[in-house]
Amino acid sequence: MVPFGGWDMPVEYSGLIAEHNAVRTAAGIFDVSHMGQFEVEGEGALAFLQRVSANNVARLVDGQAQYSALPMHTGCPVDDIIVYRRAERRYLVVVNAANVEKDWNWLLAQKPSGCGLHNLSDQFALLALQGPKAEAILQGLTPIDVKQLAFYRFAEGTVQGVEAIVARTGYTGEDGFEIFVAPDAASALWRRIVEAGQPHGLLPAGLGARDTLRLEARMMLYGNDMDETTSLIEAGLGWIVSLDDAKGAFNGRAALAGQKANGAPRRLVGFEMAERGIPRHGYPVFLGDETQGAVTSGTYAPFLKKSIGLCYLPAARSGVGTELAVEIRGRRTAARVVATPFYKRPR
Amino acid sequence: MYPQDCRYSKDHEWIKVEGDRGRVGITDYAQKQLGDVVFLELPEVGRSLKAGEQFGTVESVKAVSELYSPVAGEVVEVNAALAGKPEAINKDPHGEAWMIVLKMADPAGVGALLDAAAYQALVDSEAK
Repeated sequence: MVPFGGWDMPVEYSGLIAEHNAVRTAAGIFDVSHMGQFEVEGEGALAFLQRVSANNVARLVDGQAQYSALPMHTGCPVDDIIVYRRAERRYLVVVNAANVEKDWNWLLAQKPSGCGLHNLSDQFALLALQGPKAEAILQGLTPIDVKQLAFYRFAEGTVQGVEAIVARTGYTGEDGFEIFVAPDAASALWRRIVEAGQPHGLLPAGLGARDTLRLEARMMLYGNDMDETTSLIEAGLGWIVSLDDAKGAFNGRAALAGQKANGAPRRLVGFEMAERGIPRHGYPVFLGDETQGAVTSGTYAPFLKKSIGLCYLPAARSGVGTELAVEIRGRRTAARVVATPFYKRPR
Repeated sequence: MYPQDCRYSKDHEWIKVEGDRGRVGITDYAQKQLGDVVFLELPEVGRSLKAGEQFGTVESVKAVSELYSPVAGEVVEVNAALAGKPEAINKDPHGEAWMIVLKMADPAGVGALLDAAAYQALVDSEAK
């Protein structure tokens, strides 16, 4: 167990590589109950969410989820989030565990009258069932027709007789589901999913595999790959920044519109090691003899069987093929910029 | 459970004495703590090491760990094949996954290291 955002989390169960590859080829189950949940409801809910988030919440229909962020006026995020529209005036916002308190204070300070903001983090456990076999495993446990559930859609119903929100979302680059249930129902559901999944090759997977899976899919980790000093455009999240007229004014709109039009000075890129060595968070990065900050995330990628990472480079020197070096234990080790995601699942 | 014919360092290396030479690797406890090993860096033959000096690096997916020589000596053999299949460190840490052979500067000095029972006690106390 390791401390993570105030929670004790298992890094691995049977072994990180086996867990990682089970998710790529069969299925894995993760306990991600540490994630935070806020409810935003009432007449002013939509307007409030439009004001504080980057994406266009008005595009959501009931039962639809949206990846988004909470930008500051600089265009840099307080957090990255997922917004779920449960009803016209009722939204669930899922936030990072380490940011629950920060996000809460940030949102509360801006909340207008006419909408309610509730911290439901203690009322939800969250299990992520991920991998190509996830649909078959889950269908055996719920009357919800999960085959009909499209990517970033969710349904409210029961799983194993327990009230649940089932969303087709995840953080692994695979097909899969995230299942919100009451905390007192979570361990029985976990055991049932493990049991039902075993014939399909499912393994319980820990924080370690969650990190390597998300990085292969070039999904970012808040606090490493983006934070209050990196703009959403620099981080490659322009696609969640809506400049639709219908979206209206929102935190950071001017800064983000400017960077969308004129380009950001830096860009988060993916790289692959050209020499032996594993890049890790914090290792210095060089372009020629010039230091360029540090690796934001890096690992040995268990499914791709190579060493990969992310770092910020000047936009003008960030194209695919750009040669860089990562300092590993005092030695500059060759790497090159590659196209991302590093891993894309077969469809 | 740890081989009786080896001595052990507090840094979780084992050394098996073969005349004036000592064969060195990391213990089963060390490989379990690391998890899946994916990278190994070993020294060149001919390098002189002091007791406790770093002779290489082993990395799992999740962690980096330095390798320390349990005694002083000169590296006379390196398990070069192991760098190409570092997963052997997880499978057979006390056998196939030996790392280096040292010509020991002071073969009697090995006596200062832990025996199997004392090492087991150390591991048990760390696990608590």
